[in-house]
Amino acid sequence: MSEILEKLFEAVEFGKADKASPFPPQLKGQDGANELTKNALDADVDPKDILEQALIPAMERVGKKFSEQKIFVPQMLMSAKAMGASMVQLKPFFASGKIKEKGTFIIGTVKGDLHDIGKNLVSMIVEGGGWKIVDLGVDVSEDKFLEKIDEYPNAVIGLSALLTTTMVNMEDIVKAIRTKKPDARVLIGGAPINDDFCQKIGADYYAADPQKAVEYLNKIAS
Amino acid sequence: MKYKNLIISSPQELMFGKAPSPVKTRRGLIIGGGQVYSELNFTLPTMSINSNTVKRVNEHYREIAEGALERALHLNSKGVVLEFETLLEMTKTPQIGVDIVSIMNEVCEKYYQKHGLASEIRLTPNDLREFERPAKQRTSELIAPMMELFERGMEAGGDLVSIESTGGKEVSDDALMMCDIKAIMFALSVLGVRDMQFLWKKIVGLANKQGKIAAGDSACGFANTAMVLAEKKYIPKVFAALVRVISVVRSIVAMEEGAVGPDKDCGYEGPFLKAITGIPISMEGKTAACAHFSPIGNIASACTDLWSNESVQNIKLLSGMAPTAYMEQLEYDVRLMNVALKGGDQSCQLFQQLMVDSDVYTDPQALVLAPENVIRISKELLKGDSYVANAKNGALATLDIIEEAIASGQMELSEMETAYLPILREDLNSIPDSESEFIDMMLPLMDQSKFILEEYGL
Repeated sequence: MSEILEKLFEAVEFGKADKASPFPPQLKGQDGANELTKNALDADVDPKDILEQALIPAMERVGKKFSEQKIFVPQMLMSAKAMGASMVQLKPFFASGKIKEKGTFIIGTVKGDLHDIGKNLVSMIVEGGGWKIVDLGVDVSEDKFLEKIDEYPNAVIGLSALLTTTMVNMEDIVKAIRTKKPDARVLIGGAPINDDFCQKIGADYYAADPQKAVEYLNKIAS
Repeated sequence: MKYKNLIISSPQELMFGKAPSPVKTRRGLIIGGGQVYSELNFTLPTMSINSNTVKRVNEHYREIAEGALERALHLNSKGVVLEFETLLEMTKTPQIGVDIVSIMNEVCEKYYQKHGLASEIRLTPNDLREFERPAKQRTSELIAPMMELFERGMEAGGDLVSIESTGGKEVSDDALMMCDIKAIMFALSVLGVRDMQFLWKKIVGLANKQGKIAAGDSACGFANTAMVLAEKKYIPKVFAALVRVISVVRSIVAMEEGAVGPDKDCGYEGPFLKAITGIPISMEGKTAACAHFSPIGNIASACTDLWSNESVQNIKLLSGMAPTAYMEQLEYDVRLMNVALKGGDQSCQLFQQLMVDSDVYTDPQALVLAPENVIRISKELLKGDSYVANAKNGALATLDIIEEAIASGQMELSEMETAYLPILREDLNSIPDSESEFIDMMLPLMDQSKFILEEYGL
């Protein structure tokens, strides 16, 4: 890996979005992900290499550190922010089709449920893994999911619920998705969910944590 | 803040079962009057609530109340509070909630008339305003069904009323994930306080009209969310401990507006409220493991007046239905406390010390609940001239206590945790005491699309 990509990897891993950012203290005053990406593009580094050799592996390392309980969520959020700062520079290459996301992930907390902390964590890690995120928010009905599936027919769908009284709504949503698009991949997660429930309602995968979600997605994308 | 001095200023007087301002219920429980009672909380098994299932829903609640009170009677219980924390559909359609209160009240009355077992219902509707984002805290049409359930639920037999209100949650959810203590301060000591003033005026008005008990609010969506995130190691425990202390200035507003306790079980800020205002409180600890894990299983009961289990589903266990089993667990815990109370000050102090010592240095969130620390922090929570200043002073005192415990070798924290201590102190010190100056400082830093200032009277 070139020196500039190594630096970009480090900036994302430790959450240095841009030069002005005071975080992390050990990189104070140095270029952040935004400037480093611009420099790399100016130096004719292939945008695909920027994405695949620096950004995605850096976020994978961050996700691994988080799942090993070596960092807290704020450090992971800072890394996601740094990756976002880099993506601003890469946006034209996504628009032109020169580089592509691994796929699209539609995610929402199911109808009747307002809890979004877990959903947001999953979104962030999956996005860091190179996926396009379509976040439908909380209290999401079947219709809203189906509407987005029309727009992104190849998307993987993620359903989240925190309550035992709202997890049952996952079943209706999975049924509706299956009726419209039998081959759609649906993963589910949330505190009261387990594998048995996943199988019972006919979803494809139960993700016990955000890292498991991105691992599943990457597996089906490869 | 209305309160300027502590009602309980000595740690020795911050004791379970005894509150300076006990609350008497209509069937004769005297909460905080010298004994501890069980407060059982329960919910449905995994099921939908709709017109097809509502009959079964009602049956579940009757079974829960019957099973729990029968067990309490068998165990010679001195009294029980049943907390009916509604599910969203029961507040959205108040008639569902009202019917359930009536059903449970019938059961309570039957056990009272037939066996002399006193029990009361604490009715806790949902804060539906959370359904709208950005929330319309003062103008939402969703306030009407909430208030209807309070009013008609009290008529149907709810004697104590509470809520887990959500003013400021639009800001705190993100702030918790970022460990942004300034944004937490803004959420709780500015938005939370202002929303509590608005909401609790209404709730106290409704309760007073019917001679019912406006009990109190819980910062569950803020400080308990922090606690659960810390248990999962998503955020540092030291941060969660600060959020708990900051939540005091928000939850105390219910008392300023006329609530009299017992404060709600999941409000672990309760000990501070008891020290400052003298109201009785409800707490939950090891008996709440059915709903969530916590680092404060024993210490939570050190100065409680009701002892709760947070929530348990009505599912079958080997012994019987889960709420009945939890009734038994609560009753045995309460018996121990009541035996200690009968034995006098010395036995109370000894028993409390064991509960405190078994948890206190295992986690900063337990540390802040030790009676001597509750008193020390509470004094700081009253020192300023604004809610912001009070919350800041309380949080800084909490940092002092955590750092002293580390320095003395009594508490061990990982480097991941201790790295946050200087950052949190620096951020807290940067906060001005004046609310208006704090708002001016924070607004440019925040995503203002997430909340509506006018809905908080700003």
